[in-house]
Amino acid sequence: MLDFPRWKTISISLILAFGVLMAIPSLLPAGAAKYYPSFLPQETINLGLDLSGGSHILLEGDPRDVAAQRLQNMEETVRAAMRSAKPRIGIGDISREGGKLSFLVRDVSQVDAARELILPLTSGAGLTGQRDWDIEVRDTSRIVLTPTEAGLTQALDQAMETATEVVRKRIDEMGTREPTIIRQGDNRIVVQVPGLDDPQALKDLLGQTAELEFKLVDQTASPEDIAAGRAPVGSEIVPYPTNPAGGTPIAVRRLGGIRGDKLTNAQASFDPQTNEPVVSITFDRDGGARFARLTQENVNKPFAIILDGEVLSAPNINEPILGGSAQISGSFTTESANQLAIALRSGALPVELKVVEERSVGPDLGAESIQLGLIAGAVGTIAVLVFMVLTYGRFGVYADIALVLNILLILGVMALMNATLTLPGIAGFVLTIGAAVDANVLINERIREERKNGRRIIQAIEVGYTEASRAIFDANITNVIAAVLLFLFGSGPVRGFAVVLMIGIVTSVWTAVYVTRMFVALWLKRDRPRELNI
Amino acid sequence: MKLLRLVPDNTNFRFLRWRHIAMGISILSIIASLVLVGVRGLNLGVDFVGGQMIQVTFDKVAEAPVAELREDIEALNLGESTIQRFGQPNQVSVRMRLAGDNTDEVNAVTQRVTSMITKEYAAQGARIDGVDSVSGKVSEELLTTGVYSLVFAMIAIAVYIWFRFEWQFGVAALFALFHDVAITFGFFALTQLEFNLNIIAALLTIIGYSLNDTIVVFDRVRENLRKYRKMDMISLLDLSTNETLARTVMTSLTMLIALLALLLIGPGVIFGFTAAMTLGLFVGCYSSIYMANPILVWLGVGPHSFVPQQTEADKAEAKLKEGL
Repeated sequence: MLDFPRWKTISISLILAFGVLMAIPSLLPAGAAKYYPSFLPQETINLGLDLSGGSHILLEGDPRDVAAQRLQNMEETVRAAMRSAKPRIGIGDISREGGKLSFLVRDVSQVDAARELILPLTSGAGLTGQRDWDIEVRDTSRIVLTPTEAGLTQALDQAMETATEVVRKRIDEMGTREPTIIRQGDNRIVVQVPGLDDPQALKDLLGQTAELEFKLVDQTASPEDIAAGRAPVGSEIVPYPTNPAGGTPIAVRRLGGIRGDKLTNAQASFDPQTNEPVVSITFDRDGGARFARLTQENVNKPFAIILDGEVLSAPNINEPILGGSAQISGSFTTESANQLAIALRSGALPVELKVVEERSVGPDLGAESIQLGLIAGAVGTIAVLVFMVLTYGRFGVYADIALVLNILLILGVMALMNATLTLPGIAGFVLTIGAAVDANVLINERIREERKNGRRIIQAIEVGYTEASRAIFDANITNVIAAVLLFLFGSGPVRGFAVVLMIGIVTSVWTAVYVTRMFVALWLKRDRPRELNI
Repeated sequence: MKLLRLVPDNTNFRFLRWRHIAMGISILSIIASLVLVGVRGLNLGVDFVGGQMIQVTFDKVAEAPVAELREDIEALNLGESTIQRFGQPNQVSVRMRLAGDNTDEVNAVTQRVTSMITKEYAAQGARIDGVDSVSGKVSEELLTTGVYSLVFAMIAIAVYIWFRFEWQFGVAALFALFHDVAITFGFFALTQLEFNLNIIAALLTIIGYSLNDTIVVFDRVRENLRKYRKMDMISLLDLSTNETLARTVMTSLTMLIALLALLLIGPGVIFGFTAAMTLGLFVGCYSSIYMANPILVWLGVGPHSFVPQQTEADKAEAKLKEGL
């Protein structure tokens, strides 16, 4: 016990110094940060949303939505391919039932040609060499395209990847600071935005698919048919809540429209005539040309501006719009116009996202929690420190110094890992302090016991440390097991708790066993005590 | 300086004399807890049943106008709602079932409630402090993973103890843990405190904590089994418990001090969490002595349990010592 090698003293001191140094930036008050030298470590601990205030939103995309969208795209692609084939291939009886695309080739002799044309429209998916669609010919003239599992997985993956990008763009456009946007699992996205005042606006923005379409209004549909939900062939019925004619739905042509993904810009502005909020959009070259053609061919007919399956407005085409830009009106407020502009600029979501979990904490509650948590933590810690000194005297002082160093060390390691401190995390702190105290209690009680059994001072201390270490080790391993499982299965604040617990257990045991041992050894060497007051 | 000594030296309590009675009490309280959970049920938070919880603080009044608020929310006709105080007397949480998995509907409900509160209770300084809404699907997942983490933790820990000690110790520890978890569940059924994700964290901590106690006693039992080969098991367990008693009391007391600080002045949001841990402190302490130890006796642990581990070198050393 007396020969505590110098290299050990030095390395323990170095580790402690490093830990304390890492902890400093997190402890500095906000104003003092600028006086802090820049060559020292800058990492600080993140505050969890429950402490800083903010919103945590879990978004989920529906795989069925992706599959349906994909099927629709396939139908359009196949139709276009058959139409532009030379000679043109006539197809009919197209159905998307059961998640499959099936159609009849009118001329049996063209079946093989049609098959040849479709093959390049599919592609490989996954690692097994599977294709994303299976092509079959049934009853000599019917072609059936079935999406494969690998193809669907790939499509979902791509859709979620794009969706994550779109979400990121939209949140950046909102001008929020330090958002965290992470894809989670197969079809989820976690969005965390600290210090947000109005989570509702964020949810509205993210909930908007922002799929903009321009379609011609089918004027042949009679009001009775529309009311009964019967659309003429080649048309569909779309809800129109702001219809001046009493909010009734209208029928639009399914094909021949333009999608709003061909935009280069979108801005909220005001209509110079009516002074109503509108959204001005600018098409890209291809979109602009198609828009010009659509408006040229249909002058004096109404067309519908459809957003996420609802008609916004159905203005008349008074004259061809050739400039590649247009104005969308539709009973907007300034806010909703702005929101739509952001959504259009950042692109449409390839899949509708639903908010499946939301946790918002107001900044006031967060500040209150952190304050009360810190006060309670401080009171608890001080009480424990005093109690230790009263019970173990000099050894209690050593344990206390180790305890304070331990707290700094935990903060330092957390800063180094950029870990997040949550409210349960503060409770975790208290617990690790408990673990550190327990280790010291075990050691000191054992030393007392060995002294009582008549061992000499140095021997008693030596045996006390070695015998107690075994139980300390076993007891804390089980705590680590619990903490790891918490981390693996937990979410949000609970994870924050597990992180503190994992770091804390390691540093607690280390400071409680090695650091106090160093103090005791140095003391023994210097003072050579004849009595042990423990 | 005269040092504080909470437990006198050389205590000789015959703890295990009451083991049959204690075991009876333990089993009864486990059954009572399970019955309580079955009859009263747990007050599951939105984390586990889905729904939404809106937290409101009334800044300008000392006490939240719960009755009025309840009437006003019922008037909105949004289905069943629960209004509870939490933390300070001027803080309440409003919980509602989700209208469905439809995002728009859920948002609409949240907005109607929050705008009603901020408008009608402006005079009382109403402030929306937080909104938690969890869909049915996510809450189911949270429940499953929560249960998994509890079960896995208990099994993993029992296996670890089996490796470090003997299988009997693993079984005894597992029963002690089951006891602690069951009682905590019973406590939540009895008090109807909200059972949420944080409580799962508290449960795992209780497990870890109770195990601390159990292992410290087991470690001493193992040591004494090697030391006193002829002592009968009951006396040996009593001796081990007495020898570690000072530590048990000291550690529990320091933990209690820290937890009481959190419980009494800490933020209301984690009240349930700290309450669970405070309870676990006592239950864990009790179960280490009165659940784990008697099971060791009944599973036939004795000095022979550790004989195979004595190596030839140990024997030689023992002979030498006898010669001295």
